[in-house]
Amino acid sequence: MKYLLHILSCLCLFHLQAAGKVWNVDQQGSLRYIRTAVGLASPGDTIYVQKGHFKEGNITINKALTLIGVNRPVLDGQKKYEVVSIRSNNVHFEGFEVIRSGKSSLDDPGGIKVYNCKNVSVVNNILRDNFFGIYIQNGAKCLVRNNQIFAKALNEQETGNGIHCWKSDSLQIIGNRIDGHRDGIYFEFVTHSIIWRNISTANIRYGLHFMFSNDDVYIGNVLKNNGAGVAVMYTKRVKMFNNHFYENWGASSYGLLLKDITDSHIENNQFMRNTIGIYMEGSSRIFVQGNSFNNNGWGMKIQASCMDIDVFSNNFSSNTFDVSTNGTLVLNRFKGNFWDKYEGYDINKDGIGDVPFHPLSLFSYIAEQNAQAMILFRSFIVTLLERSERILPSLTPDEFIDPAPRMNKL
Amino acid sequence: MIRFEQVNKHFGKLHALRNVSLNCEAGQCIALVGPNGCGKTTLFKSILGLVVPDSGDISFDGSTLIRSHLYRSRIGYMPQIGRYPSNLSIGQLIYLIRQLREEETQADLELLEEYHLESMFEKPMRSLSGGTIQKVSATIAFMFNPSVLILDEPTAGLDPLASEILKEKIKKELAKGKLIIISSHLLNELDELATQVIYMQEGEIKYHRDITELKEITGETMLSKAVVRMLKQASYV
Amino acid sequence: MYKVLRIVLADILKNRVLLVYTLLLGALAWASFLLEDNSSKGMLTLLNIIILTVPLVSVLFSTIYVYNFNEFLELLLSQPLKRSTVWLGLYAGVSLSLMLSFFIGAGIPLLIFQLNTAGFMMLALGILVSLVFVSLAFLATMFTRDKSKGVGIAVMLWLFYALLFDGLILFILFQLSDYPIEGALMMISFLNPIDLARIMILLHLDVSAMLGYTGALFFDFFGSSTGILLTFIALCIWCWIPFQISLRKFKKENL
Repeated sequence: MKYLLHILSCLCLFHLQAAGKVWNVDQQGSLRYIRTAVGLASPGDTIYVQKGHFKEGNITINKALTLIGVNRPVLDGQKKYEVVSIRSNNVHFEGFEVIRSGKSSLDDPGGIKVYNCKNVSVVNNILRDNFFGIYIQNGAKCLVRNNQIFAKALNEQETGNGIHCWKSDSLQIIGNRIDGHRDGIYFEFVTHSIIWRNISTANIRYGLHFMFSNDDVYIGNVLKNNGAGVAVMYTKRVKMFNNHFYENWGASSYGLLLKDITDSHIENNQFMRNTIGIYMEGSSRIFVQGNSFNNNGWGMKIQASCMDIDVFSNNFSSNTFDVSTNGTLVLNRFKGNFWDKYEGYDINKDGIGDVPFHPLSLFSYIAEQNAQAMILFRSFIVTLLERSERILPSLTPDEFIDPAPRMNKL
Repeated sequence: MIRFEQVNKHFGKLHALRNVSLNCEAGQCIALVGPNGCGKTTLFKSILGLVVPDSGDISFDGSTLIRSHLYRSRIGYMPQIGRYPSNLSIGQLIYLIRQLREEETQADLELLEEYHLESMFEKPMRSLSGGTIQKVSATIAFMFNPSVLILDEPTAGLDPLASEILKEKIKKELAKGKLIIISSHLLNELDELATQVIYMQEGEIKYHRDITELKEITGETMLSKAVVRMLKQASYV
Repeated sequence: MYKVLRIVLADILKNRVLLVYTLLLGALAWASFLLEDNSSKGMLTLLNIIILTVPLVSVLFSTIYVYNFNEFLELLLSQPLKRSTVWLGLYAGVSLSLMLSFFIGAGIPLLIFQLNTAGFMMLALGILVSLVFVSLAFLATMFTRDKSKGVGIAVMLWLFYALLFDGLILFILFQLSDYPIEGALMMISFLNPIDLARIMILLHLDVSAMLGYTGALFFDFFGSSTGILLTFIALCIWCWIPFQISLRKFKKENL
């Protein structure tokens, strides 16, 4: 039975391909316009577009076509039009350079915009200087892979997001590069999706920004040097593994900002040189494990509105402050982390320090209430106070401890 | 050559020099004597410009030496207790001090030879005995052929032999017509050298006399006795 | 001045205390860079060296050296040299040698392990702090002829700038925490060369955290190029003024 099905599906595929006609658009040839080719083609056809500079205004693909750019033809929106609109299921769009879409905050024109359809794949394109890069509106099972999306915006109003997804399901966003947009990757009401190996750098606002997007997985992305880092809000069941959060610097910039996130896993990520590695607010039941926090201003800031945060087996080194909080009530757990500021001993040589570690620094606690005090940071007298506080906590909550700090890095 | 006019100096409450007026000429060898703390060192230091008088004037060859420094190229000074940077060797010290005075091409290294200091050139100053340090001090004082020599207790730490060498040297320089001022407690030592005596007490010059004159007045042949006798006469007469 | 400097250097470069100081700095710096797995801990050690060890050694060593130099100073002054020449030569000698010690001890490891702005900043600040405390030492020696009193003054100066001053600021901070006194605090920190150096290093070492304080005016100020320039000028003034006062006193001093 299984065997039969397999043959059947192979036949179907063969049939589809065999049925499709091939069109060749060439500015030197007889078929000179992509729009004409799209008009002439029937669903299942393939259109090859040869190298050239096409200024055809808006190109709407309303049939299940495969469009393939040969030697990367340029589609120019002349700053007036949405360049490519995909309004049909099963469209494959590959190998183009899409530039200069129009700008409008009324209908959010994109370089490539997908409207209400399924099984669309946008692969291996270069997008430059568009308002939105790739915009998926109410899509499902779409694939956005290996695209390079660049913009040179100076402020938030000038540009849209690199990859913008709204009210979609089961998307795959893989291996894209986004640079210089407002948000690198933006998700709103997007579920069951995977975001894998994207690189999002130097965007004006967030490298990655999502809201109300449950059950998504983020793996191996690099989020670097974005205006405000990464912000994720109002979402359940998020998994973030092996991502890199680098150099998100600034007063309200976060490696990762979590606001009202629940039942999520943050594991094996790298947080380096951020003002704040992870900032958590109103979040609960989050498992933070195996991450490395290096050279951040704060490794983690866990606000008092969080509970049941489990911070296990992470590395904290070279951070100015490893952990800070704004309350005295401690509803979170720390265990088995490596802290480079730990000065305890390990007599039984099991790799676990024999005295608990107080990760909360007195001075971060003071500075939280009175930022002016920072002017004294690292002075001799403050160092003395900090040391005595570590030994005998009096101001900081004394149950805020890692009872089993690791002696060596993970 | 050196002239003090109504010089006064106070250190806090201490009146270290009281109306000191003094005239020293080339060719004289003046023995400056007096009890401890009588102002001898202050007098020396004011010649060297180390101490600036509160009032009065000191002149060197007719022009005031206060706040001037060039005249000092013509003075050789041997301190009572010489203390030198401890890590310098004798050779280095002498070399570096010679460097300080680029104008002197011909250095008088007679004492250096007489004291056989060359053999100890490599020795650091901190390892030297008091006597050797005095020898070094003496060498430095005479090195630049100065027309005025100020020697503060020069023979204090010296062994008799070294002391004799120094005296010979002083005599030699005196013969060249230099002005030499020596302070010492050991009056006998000065007997054969001094041509004049200045006796100081509590910052005041009690008397300033020619030695022959002094001996005549007091009828003593020994300088030490003459000094004391003179003092008694001065206070009783 | 150059010739006096030569004498001082010839002596001081063979000084054992200075040698020990250089070795100590070197041992601390190398150990902290080599033994710690991240260089920021090494930088922290160096920061502590700059705000504690360097001022203490500079001020104490210079004070004692100047007192010990006193008799020889008389001999030098019996040479045809101006007082200012002698004093300047002595200052140049002491400060050059302490600078050299810092450079060899801490500077070389810094340049090897931290060849960046923070490293250069630390090197410059370490040298400046050395100079400032040599100046203060020269001033201290002019206050009293008594060596033990002078050393006492030197230690007090160190204690004041390294510890008490900040304690005082901390106290003011807590007392007036409801008032915006940051501007005043910034001004006050110009009165303490150690604080200036510390803040400069802080801004390079903990830049990530400093960016987190939106309200922290001092970061905006000291982090700006104007602030850095002003700080360095202030530190130079800190070298200049105590030395000038000591020079003025020395010119009138009875030796």
